[in-house]
Amino acid sequence: MSTITQDAPAAHDDHHDDHHHGAPKGLMRWVLTTNHKDIGTLYLWFSFIMFLTGGAMAMVIRAELFQPGLQLVDPNFFNQMTTVHGLIMVFGAVMPAFTGLANWLIPMMIGAPDMALPRMNNWSFWILPFAFAILLSSLFMEGGGPNFGWTFYAPLSTTYSPDSTALFVFSVHIMGISSIMGAINVVVTIVNMRAPGMTWMKLPLFVWTWLITAFLLIAVMPVLAGTVTMVLTDKYFGTSFFDAAGGGDPVMFQHIFWFFGHPEVYIMILPSFGIISAIVPAFSRKPLFGYSSMVYATASIAILSFLVWAHHMFTTGMPVFAELFFMYCTMLIAVPTGVKVFNWVATMWRGSLTFETPMLFAVAFIILFTIGGFSGLMLAITPVDFQYHDTYFVVAHFHYVLVTGAIFSIMAAAYYWLPKWTGNMYDEKLGKIHFWCSTISVNVLFFPMHFLGLAGMPRRIPDYAIQFADVNQIVSIGGFAFGLSQLIFLAVVIKCIRGGEKAAAKPWDGAEGLEWTIASPAPYHSFTTPPEVK
Amino acid sequence: MDYRQSCALSLIYHTTRGEVAMSQTQAKSNRKLIMMLIAGAIGMFGFGFALVPLYDVLCEQLGINGKTQSTAAQYTPIAVDESRTITVEFMAQIQSDLPWEFTPEVRRMKVHPGELVRTHYTAQNMSNASIVGQAIPSVSPGQGAAYFNKTECFCFNQQALAGKQDAALPLIFYVDPDLPESITTLTLSYTLYNITDKGYVARVEQGAEQ
Repeated sequence: MSTITQDAPAAHDDHHDDHHHGAPKGLMRWVLTTNHKDIGTLYLWFSFIMFLTGGAMAMVIRAELFQPGLQLVDPNFFNQMTTVHGLIMVFGAVMPAFTGLANWLIPMMIGAPDMALPRMNNWSFWILPFAFAILLSSLFMEGGGPNFGWTFYAPLSTTYSPDSTALFVFSVHIMGISSIMGAINVVVTIVNMRAPGMTWMKLPLFVWTWLITAFLLIAVMPVLAGTVTMVLTDKYFGTSFFDAAGGGDPVMFQHIFWFFGHPEVYIMILPSFGIISAIVPAFSRKPLFGYSSMVYATASIAILSFLVWAHHMFTTGMPVFAELFFMYCTMLIAVPTGVKVFNWVATMWRGSLTFETPMLFAVAFIILFTIGGFSGLMLAITPVDFQYHDTYFVVAHFHYVLVTGAIFSIMAAAYYWLPKWTGNMYDEKLGKIHFWCSTISVNVLFFPMHFLGLAGMPRRIPDYAIQFADVNQIVSIGGFAFGLSQLIFLAVVIKCIRGGEKAAAKPWDGAEGLEWTIASPAPYHSFTTPPEVK
Repeated sequence: MDYRQSCALSLIYHTTRGEVAMSQTQAKSNRKLIMMLIAGAIGMFGFGFALVPLYDVLCEQLGINGKTQSTAAQYTPIAVDESRTITVEFMAQIQSDLPWEFTPEVRRMKVHPGELVRTHYTAQNMSNASIVGQAIPSVSPGQGAAYFNKTECFCFNQQALAGKQDAALPLIFYVDPDLPESITTLTLSYTLYNITDKGYVARVEQGAEQ
């Protein structure tokens, strides 16, 4: 893809009037930092903490569902757990993890010294902990926290919601502002700060996918902000956007929400495609098959994502014409996605493959994400969606694309770039244990949910009919095992930060890209003079 | 700390502490791009709200939501199409927190397109408190909504009933003879909402006067 003519860019240049220095010390380093690597680290740790928090809520859900009947928590608290689990995993775990990776990697991949807007970068991170503190604090208020599902459908979130709903609304506003600022930063960085010679079609795919993701974020996060604002005014200020009695329409809520919500699911998967497109060639020791088709496929997915929102609401009573339109558009997305999957497989074909932990996660991603894609195709078929709608089949589907999709790609990325970040190799044996524990347990957790859904078990209900008991027990055991397995990941990361075999600048034989031309660990300031890309 | 006196966009840029030494042209092109992106984000926030009227217009034009006109139709005597008979069904639903009884005069009637028909619903307030109700109509199938014309409907106004009071709520309508051949049954459903404590008064009355 690109050849690099400079191999020690961290060298100090005399003609710079700025004084190079290492990282400042102490707590204020992290509060005041404008360094893309520091901010990337903050984002990644924040997202991991949120991952464990949201995961703990999933454990509550699975513990309650271990047996039929109500044993551990009351239904209102159960509803709060499903709601906040969803919100935290989407806005607190997956999205900040991708922003963290973008911060760490994009400047190093395009040969830039930092993000274009470092001080805004600091802001976009530091408002996030406040957003989630507000959201989590609402769980302890009288009447409880949000209990209307992460999709906050009206009138559940308006007429029937708890008094703390304003806190939910404001926390979503802050998360949205954070994401939009992060996205603006990414776009400006990629457009204006590429090293000389780094032309568009030489950009690593992670950079491409993030650029497209950033545009999606700028397009739809404001719509989400508008939606929560309407919920706020409907609930507290007497408007009736979603109240039929005042001339509004609750179905319109779903249209506006999913106009945001469907591009949102691609926001959570496009950067994954970029990560996998970096890791698969590295461990196949072959260049990526079909680079330009990958770029076009990503762009097509992004455009199509605006035309499919109503497949989430087939059962709301749409005209047949609209149902067919959204069904075919949804199925059309399988084409560019299929291009990607085939390109990854073709990259591995006759490659010189090795299976270090990042590659294991990448291969698992390709297989398991494709399973999630197939169940998505099934859900796209309007008539069968009437059966699957709001059952555990849907839960199985989106956990396959989000956990074994997005989360697995984030794990793969962490293993792949940890040597660059810390300067140490992670413990390969522990990494493999983490991989196998995760992969086996995640399938025990989510695969049987398909059958529960087909058999008719509804989502978001703390109790279930007796015939679902056995399968739910298996699912819960898988859930606990998957949750515990992530502590292995924590151990691997901490061990890697504290020491281990020293990593070379390019620890992976087949790795490509500018980030491997700088030392490991990456110096605090890299590419202060831009590299020349040929 | 020289950055305190730095450029107007000091929130965004910084030139201190050695991280980024940005050239003037770079800063300028960054600034232009940032402004465009911020404008895009603000525009999309507005678009979210623009979806509200857009949704209403689309539903009305395409007749896809079962929504009928919220204002009275004018009836000019037209030829009654005796050759077709349409079954019109009447349904009544009550939102759970409204202590009223609400029933149509008849559950079902046969009408010819073009014929002006008079019927009514009855409502009774079963509680002792006075309550304001608002009926919201919906026609199924949705494609038929545009052909269901009401010259008089209690749904154009709010209904205030004192404790234990009852009232006959008039409804006069005709079915447009252009109703597609495929439709033989129209179901008119009213849902009655309690709006006593809500601030919807102005909006609904305004709709009725138009």
